[in-house]
Amino acid sequence: MKFAVVVNEGPYTHQASDSALNFVRAALEKGHEIFRVFFYHDGVNNGTRYTVPPQDDRNLQRLWSEIGLTKNVDLVVCIAAAQRRGILDANEAKRQGKDGDNIAPGFRISGLGQLIEAGIQADRLVVFGD
Amino acid sequence: MSASEKKKFLYINRKAPYGTIYALESLEVVLIGAAFEQDVALAFLDDGVYQLADGQATSGVGMKNFSKTYRALGDYEVRKLYVEKESLEERGLTLENLMPITYEDENEDYAEKPSIFLVGRAEIANLIAQSDVVLSF
Repeated sequence: MKFAVVVNEGPYTHQASDSALNFVRAALEKGHEIFRVFFYHDGVNNGTRYTVPPQDDRNLQRLWSEIGLTKNVDLVVCIAAAQRRGILDANEAKRQGKDGDNIAPGFRISGLGQLIEAGIQADRLVVFGD
Repeated sequence: MSASEKKKFLYINRKAPYGTIYALESLEVVLIGAAFEQDVALAFLDDGVYQLADGQATSGVGMKNFSKTYRALGDYEVRKLYVEKESLEERGLTLENLMPITYEDENEDYAEKPSIFLVGRAEIANLIAQSDVVLSF
C-alpha cells in the first residue's frame, strides 16, 4: 500500500513525531511504500539540524534524516509554516536576507500543494498530531 | 482510483480560532487545496465551532482576524461547511451566532445559498467514513 504521512507536532513536546517515525519504519519493513512525509504546524521543527538533545535521549531529527537519506523517503517541510518558525534552507535564507540556514539533511522545503498531492496520490493519508 | 477521479477531502476543525494556530493554518491548507479541484468539505466540531462565530474581534489579543476568509470560501468552490449541532448546543450557541456564509450558485443565476449545514454527531461520523482524505486540525 502507498502511504502518505503528516506530522503536525514538533519533536519532544509531543509524541506525534516518534509515533510517525515508528509508523514509517514499520510500513517500510512490511514492504509498503511511503509516498511522502509532510511536516506541518510545529511539525516543521523536526527538520532543523540545530537541535542538540541530551546524549542519552533519541535524536529525532537525526532519525528522520537517516530514514530520508537511507530509505529514500521524501521529507517535506511546509514553507509557510517553516517561515513562521524559522526553518530555512539555503535558498530561502538568501531570499529572506537571513545569515544562515538550518534545514536538516534529507529534508526539503516546499508548498502546501505537496500535502494535497500526497492525499490524492496515496492510498491512505495518516495524520499524527493532536 | 484513476488520477483524473476526484477524491473526497474532509477538513476537520476542532479548535478555537485564536488559542492555537491550528485554525489559521488549516484554512491555509483549504485555500491551497482548492486549486486541486477535489471534492472538499469542512467539518466544525468541539471548540472548532467558534471559528465560525460572528463578530470576532481580535485587537485585544493582538492577532490577525482571519474570520472574513471563511466568508470567501464560496469563491474557492468550498461550499460544504458542516457544523456539529451538539457542539454548538454544548456551548450555548445557535446558528444565529455564526457568520452568514454563502456561495453563489452559477446554475441558478448566481443565487446566494447557505454553505453552512447543521448536522448531528452521527452524521459527522458518516461524513468521515465516506471521505477519502481526512485532515484533522
